[in-house]
Amino acid sequence: MQIFGIATQALFGQLLIGLINGAFYALLSLGLAVIFGLLNIINFTHGAQYMLGAFCAYFLLQGAGTGYWWSLLLAPIAVGILGIIIEKTMLKRLYALDHLYGLLLTFGLALVLQGLFTNYYGSSGLPYRIPDELSGGFNLGFMFLPKYRAWVIVASLVVCLATWFVIERTKLGSYLRAATENPALVQAFGINVPRMVTLTYGFGVGLAAFAGVMAAPIYQVNPQMGANLIIVVFAVVVIGGMGSIMGAIVTGFGLGVIEGLTKVFYPEASNTVIFVIMVIVLMLKPAGLFGKER
Amino acid sequence: MNTTAAASHDTRAGVIERRAARGDRTFLVATLVMALMFVVAPFVGVYPVFLMKALCFALYACAFNLLIGYGGLLSFGHAMFLGVAGYASAYTAKNWGFPPELAILFATGLSALLGLVSGAIAIRRQGIYFAMITLALSQMIYFFCLQATSITGGEDGIQAVPRGKMFGVLDLSNTLVMYFVVLAIFLAAFLLIHRIIHSPFGNVLKTIRDNEPRAISLGYDAERYKLLAFVLSATLTGLAGATKAIVFQLASLTDVHWSMSGEVVLMTLLGGMGTIFGPVVGAFILIGMENYLAGFGQWVTVITGVIFVFCVMALRKGIVGELGAWWTKRGN
Repeated sequence: MQIFGIATQALFGQLLIGLINGAFYALLSLGLAVIFGLLNIINFTHGAQYMLGAFCAYFLLQGAGTGYWWSLLLAPIAVGILGIIIEKTMLKRLYALDHLYGLLLTFGLALVLQGLFTNYYGSSGLPYRIPDELSGGFNLGFMFLPKYRAWVIVASLVVCLATWFVIERTKLGSYLRAATENPALVQAFGINVPRMVTLTYGFGVGLAAFAGVMAAPIYQVNPQMGANLIIVVFAVVVIGGMGSIMGAIVTGFGLGVIEGLTKVFYPEASNTVIFVIMVIVLMLKPAGLFGKER
Repeated sequence: MNTTAAASHDTRAGVIERRAARGDRTFLVATLVMALMFVVAPFVGVYPVFLMKALCFALYACAFNLLIGYGGLLSFGHAMFLGVAGYASAYTAKNWGFPPELAILFATGLSALLGLVSGAIAIRRQGIYFAMITLALSQMIYFFCLQATSITGGEDGIQAVPRGKMFGVLDLSNTLVMYFVVLAIFLAAFLLIHRIIHSPFGNVLKTIRDNEPRAISLGYDAERYKLLAFVLSATLTGLAGATKAIVFQLASLTDVHWSMSGEVVLMTLLGGMGTIFGPVVGAFILIGMENYLAGFGQWVTVITGVIFVFCVMALRKGIVGELGAWWTKRGN
């Protein structure tokens, strides 16, 4: 069977890879957007924290025999706590300064983390096995769908939508949104804004680690796994604009799919297509697709 | 000094004028000392190849500083200018037989053009977005260089680039001749940057950095000034990249990679953003460090990161900036 002269097998295969990449773009840009909303910094360490998540899962398995499912819970908590320490000891002191210093600090931290791990674990990947429950796949007739990949897409969607729900539809989320608009006023109402900022950073970082654990069986565990990914995610964030949570989710998945389709129809451009889209969006709508000028 | 200026000694304008004259003198003396040190350095045992590398990076950092220090724009994609200019000069010198001066000129021009296009896109957003957009654009260029193997040689880069004879007489294969050509290029660009900063254009640029809405309300077209600053910075970065490719007879993917963009940010931050000598100091320290730690592999990345964190937390003015602040305090 063929569509536009392309075998459907290849088309759906790339579409699936696109959705998988999109799931990671969505999770990572969501974390960036949440952090940016409250802290006004771009977390350059996000890629390194994603890598840390994957390494956490690897260590848990090697050191304690802890399986994938526990890792999915424990790694984000561990990396989130590390994030909280970073916020408490360093980022906190930079809020009064130009936001660019936050970017520079987190860039430096990313170099430290990536350098340390490359030192000890080299730059070739360490394998991480797919959990038994998720090995194998479904034959859908027109394509073969590995169970693990289906799981990644579903889990990412669920986490993204849950985050959206918490931020847009609950009382806690309304505090968060209010603090984004006017932290001084929210503080005056007796809400502990500094603590909220700390926890938000921990949560955003935890999301990155969660994505890292999910990526471990697909991409292997590699110290550099987050370095290039984070730049693409920056482009995703610029395209979506950081105004809305739903925007980050939709843009993440959408761009993943577009990238996958580009691999089918014009493979030479698959690395650059997201950047090209970014340029076009900037010309037409500088604030991003879902962003508001401020 | 003419009579009107002498008469206005006690007025505010007179004070500013005198202060500016004193600043000019300090700059002149410091520049002469720096130039003298560079002239003497290869004869007192400093390895000329190291000096050339450091000078190329110092020029790169000065060009970058023009944008961040005086325009307040943090570009995280300057490697694209360094790298593309490097490829252009290496390619034209090797495949088209361009003499070195023409290869460098061509590459610098190409970098200016790239600066115009990417700058026009990037200045549409400010602050953090500006940094992310320049980073993304340079990553796009990186992938382009990776794939355009017929021009860039892909992973191998362009190797064995001939140094040739500059202006037909200066034989650049002689290391000392090459060194003095690099020094001349560096000093010329350094003085040009000083001139730009103290020109009316530079003053408007600083105004925009400090208070953009006010500059706009005074009738300055902020976007055009920022774009021009971006193009100037890209051009001079291109000059550094083109010279570097001739010196090392090599153009490779390393120079287009994002880590090279990060490195120039660190050089400028360490030396002092918005100080004219800061980037030079920062570049020499970092290149020196990399030279000595070359055997330690990835530890260099770790140390680079630690210096980054240290500078942001404790040394935001940079070395030259802190020294300058100390000097002013002492003077009062």
